Amino acid sequence: MAVLLLLVVWELYVTAYQVEAWLLPAPTAIVREAINNWPRVQMHTLATLEIAIIGFVLGTVVGLLLAVVLHSIFPSLRQALYPLIILSQNIPIIALAPLLVVWFGFGVLPKVLIIALMCFFPVLIAALQGLDYPNAAMLDYLRMIGARRGQIFFLLELPNSLPHVFSGLKVAATYSMMGAVISEWLGAQRGLGVYMRLAAASFRTDRVFVSIFVIVVLSLLFFASIAYWERKLIRWNSRGEGN
Amino acid sequence: MLELLQVSMHYDTVEVLRNISLQVERGEFAALIGPSGCGKSTLFKLIGGLLTPTAGEIWLEGKEITGKTGHVSYVPQQNTLFPWRTVESNAALALEVAGVSKQTALAKARAWLPRVGLGGYEKAYPDSLSGGMQQRVSFLRALLAPQELMCLDEPFGALDALTRSEMQQWLLDIWEEHRRTVLLVTHSIEEALLLADRVFVLSARPAQIIEEIIVPFPRPRNEKVIALPEFTALRQKIHSLLAATRTNVANNLTPNV
Repeated sequence: MAVLLLLVVWELYVTAYQVEAWLLPAPTAIVREAINNWPRVQMHTLATLEIAIIGFVLGTVVGLLLAVVLHSIFPSLRQALYPLIILSQNIPIIALAPLLVVWFGFGVLPKVLIIALMCFFPVLIAALQGLDYPNAAMLDYLRMIGARRGQIFFLLELPNSLPHVFSGLKVAATYSMMGAVISEWLGAQRGLGVYMRLAAASFRTDRVFVSIFVIVVLSLLFFASIAYWERKLIRWNSRGEGN
Repeated sequence: MLELLQVSMHYDTVEVLRNISLQVERGEFAALIGPSGCGKSTLFKLIGGLLTPTAGEIWLEGKEITGKTGHVSYVPQQNTLFPWRTVESNAALALEVAGVSKQTALAKARAWLPRVGLGGYEKAYPDSLSGGMQQRVSFLRALLAPQELMCLDEPFGALDALTRSEMQQWLLDIWEEHRRTVLLVTHSIEEALLLADRVFVLSARPAQIIEEIIVPFPRPRNEKVIALPEFTALRQKIHSLLAATRTNVANNLTPNV
């Protein structure tokens, strides 16, 4: 509703004051441009979507595996690895991306690595939170009746972490689209980042907005599909925590 | 048979339990009653093996279990049903932990649910159940567990008075049918006298056993025993014991001026 209102105001403002199209195109003009130029937009969108999904999956898998390793297998590694993990999030992507291009070329790999680097962190932190802090009374109960370490992991810690993991996945999903566009912006042949850069360079503001619209819609769809799986998998009331 | 020999427990400098010795026979329903904060829950953690006593030994069926987990089945005070498991899957949990296959455990839980008044709730999640129903699932989970000794830690403490008395009668019926060894911790004198064969009265901290009472009412019992003169007399006796130990604590706390 608010979005619709914004679009209407925007449209009215642009027509009323006759704003130049290279400054701010009207929403209808943007839609028209998207339809006219659809084959190109579609090609770039698919390219961005491809690396975003690969990067997201890679980052998620690494984040989850690392969480399990740091929680169950080598908890002693935590102190050593934590600074490195935080550090990985502090390196500016704009500095890192050219380096990755130097090392791995202009292909898909460096872009996927950037996205994965952005995605693994929220998943890792959320999963660790869920694994580390199960309900104390439930943990006592399991230990008292003689549950072994592995049983505690699969019966309590893992299911307990699931709602947390989904929070992490939602953050990672939004990061993945952003990461994809940024990495393409810094050097690629195809993708919305490239399209956007070319459009901006030739003052085709309408095309810049087309790519913004596409990115926003894709991010929302990505987020919504994760929320859908969350509702499907977590049927219990996770807020209640059993109380 | 459960046997505690001279069990003492200190947390740092705080003495919680002093020389607790008690015996619960196989198939007997015993209750521990004491003022709140006297260390009853610590005693359960010791029997359950989560803590190791500072001194003393704990024996079960001729084996020493001091500091060893996995020898008791347990109904905790708080709701510890797993929210992501259905009612039947929660009831089967202790069997699963004991190594019984998932199918067998579930089949057993399913067969039992109607007998504890939870027929039709097999696929429900715990958060959709009332407090009393949740405690029934928790109790069934402990009942299905292979361990002979059941430890009940104020299982009805969080329930309203009406549900509580319903649940006491329900537990009485189930227990009289199955005669497992039970150790119940409670702070309700009526609950202890209604349910148990033997009541241990604990003092205030550091907890000691100040009285062991054999409850004379024949089985099967129902809540009508509450109206008997012997019941009133025993209740009065335990009440004054508890009141006395509380006064002693109060006197000890009075600074020596």
